[in-house]
Amino acid sequence: MTVRTDPTRVMVAMSGGVDSSVAAALLLEAGHEVVGVTLRLWGGESDSGCCAVSDVDDARRVADALGIDHHVFNLGDHFESMVVAPYVADHAAGRTPNPCIECNRHVKFGRLMDRAGALGFALLATGHHARVVERPDGTRRIARAVDLAKDQSYVLNMLDQDQLAGLLLPIGDLTKADVRRRAAALGLRTADKPDSQDVCFITRQHGRGDFLGRRLTLTPGRVVDGSGAEVGSVAAVELVTVGQRRGMALAGGVAPRFAVDVDVAAATVTVGPVGDLLVDATPVEAFSWADGPVDGMLLVQTSAHGSSDPAVLDGDLVRWSEPHMRVAPGQSVVFYDGDEVLGGSIARRG
Amino acid sequence: MDGVYLDHAASTPARPEVVEAMLPWLSEHPGNPSGSHAVARAARRAIDDARDLVAALVGAQPGEVVFTSGGTEADNLAVDGVVRSTGCLPACSAVEHPAVLAPVAEAGGIVVPTDAGGRIDLGALAEVLSAVDGIGLVSVMLVNNETGVVNDLDAVTAVLVEAASDAVLHTDAVQAVAWMDLTVACRSAGLVSLTGHKFGGPKGAGVLIVRSGVDLAPVLRGGGQERERRSGTQNVPAIVGLGEAARLVVADRAATVTRVGALRERLEAGLLAAVPDSHLTLPEGTPRTPGVAHLCFRGVESESLLFLLERDGVSASAGSSCASGAQEPSHVLAAMGVERGSALGSLRLSLGHASGDGDVDHALAVIPSAVARLREHDPVGGSA
Repeated sequence: MTVRTDPTRVMVAMSGGVDSSVAAALLLEAGHEVVGVTLRLWGGESDSGCCAVSDVDDARRVADALGIDHHVFNLGDHFESMVVAPYVADHAAGRTPNPCIECNRHVKFGRLMDRAGALGFALLATGHHARVVERPDGTRRIARAVDLAKDQSYVLNMLDQDQLAGLLLPIGDLTKADVRRRAAALGLRTADKPDSQDVCFITRQHGRGDFLGRRLTLTPGRVVDGSGAEVGSVAAVELVTVGQRRGMALAGGVAPRFAVDVDVAAATVTVGPVGDLLVDATPVEAFSWADGPVDGMLLVQTSAHGSSDPAVLDGDLVRWSEPHMRVAPGQSVVFYDGDEVLGGSIARRG
Repeated sequence: MDGVYLDHAASTPARPEVVEAMLPWLSEHPGNPSGSHAVARAARRAIDDARDLVAALVGAQPGEVVFTSGGTEADNLAVDGVVRSTGCLPACSAVEHPAVLAPVAEAGGIVVPTDAGGRIDLGALAEVLSAVDGIGLVSVMLVNNETGVVNDLDAVTAVLVEAASDAVLHTDAVQAVAWMDLTVACRSAGLVSLTGHKFGGPKGAGVLIVRSGVDLAPVLRGGGQERERRSGTQNVPAIVGLGEAARLVVADRAATVTRVGALRERLEAGLLAAVPDSHLTLPEGTPRTPGVAHLCFRGVESESLLFLLERDGVSASAGSSCASGAQEPSHVLAAMGVERGSALGSLRLSLGHASGDGDVDHALAVIPSAVARLREHDPVGGSA
């Protein structure tokens, strides 16, 4: 058996986009033995995601151009059970999940990383815009990308020391413009390819409601204000997200009102004026930590491209230093020390 | 080709005589077989010589040989051609190649289950024929591409006769040519699909045998080549190569079957002895060709196993691949009722004319340790 664990050997997850293309190229330049892998996760309709057949073709042709081997792994069963089914269940419970984060948790840095190790690759690389930094005590953390506008540290919040020790993020030190310049200089076909934005199993054409409607019985609901008076209605309470303003058949002529609570069991959405969107604390659950639990004063970020704001983590409550926008249950709440990720959690209904 | 090639059921190397026979038709002889001048007539003679060789291979008349671009086109033409000309309903076995399953499904046809060995369930076929009116085509592959299981076409025909059905029998014999005497095995089939690259010929040339009396509408329309059954300028070099491959396979098939059969037995016995918790996918005693060793290794995933084998110099496959190159769950194993935990760890090693003892030695040297490694380090597979 010639396969062994070799620190120079890197498996690169290639989505078919420009970032992972350049990641593979940089690793090759650095002298690694590089093998590209594209995941096939979703067999259904897709027009946007990271694993359509056309994206597999792009990844394969980039690998050809770089002169590296390329494989396709079908992790569709795992994706269905660990990402898609929980996504549906979360919506059924009135939460607004982030399936890309769950895909990172269970598929890319779960199943794929395990498989890479079994196949003799101690290192897995991706094209995420973030960095892995080593601290003086030898522990590692995810840190924000050099290109703050493209920073993806938020979606990598779940990684622990074992995973961080096996992870390379080659483009975290580059701006997106640098990445595209490198790709163009190398003549890679993905140099000008637009970024993927959306959830791969939800098509732009049909949308989230159509997808969930085929997997769930959607529940029409009442919309009430803080006094309990009925002020509107929704076709499906499962599709309402805290903070949402439209689609609730609210009468005009008054100050705008926003969803502040979704109660699927009671088929009721509560709305309130913009002031009701501000809270002093956000309850969270399902913690993950880079290197053990942390509490006290932290910076906390509640959306992929939002700001991080000071708060005290007190048990399972994030107590904001200044009133903060409500966080939809199901969204990731990520803890930072400066630019470095300490861990993550998921907002729950208060 | 580097390393050990054990994927002959996917494609075989063209035999040297085939390549030599083709070369003049790529450069020296540019004629279009439909033309009238001497250069064209030379091309026409070349494909008609090939037609004679293919007719002899199958036990058909030369006029019954329709050249196509390959097995998929032949299968599509068989199903669509009969459906379009007669308006009938097609039926097929559940383990057919997608080139049959897709047009049968599109025509609203019926899929007949198989037994645990993947052979068509003759009782179920009889029930379908008596329960459903208008079945005019029954498609049953002679040899399955994944497992190598062999159907008894005479027995299928007997069911058709018993049911007083006038359905024509189509067989996809693509995987059979290297191993079986088609003049016997396919004698009761009205339509027979073949392709060159599964038996030492080139890719891009296939055949549909259309026995006289079978009503078939063309799918490709145009210049009326192939007696109006398949328009389009014939692929002369590839057809010449296919004819030469047919000649060669008829000449040395018996010896190859004996030799490769012994290699396959040694490969299977060695793997079963060296890999705990492994078994042949086909039940013991199931008729099968000598070329395929199909095994299931509990507790590993084929994708990981193929990755390791490639790094150790073995090219093999498992199940079937989709357009992206990813491994798809096998519809063949599902139809056979193979439990999913076993099917996930399936491996198809397929031998061919060029396989030798060294290939088996190498495979036996690397496969057991690859399986052991995955069971140790990647235990998720198989328990999913």
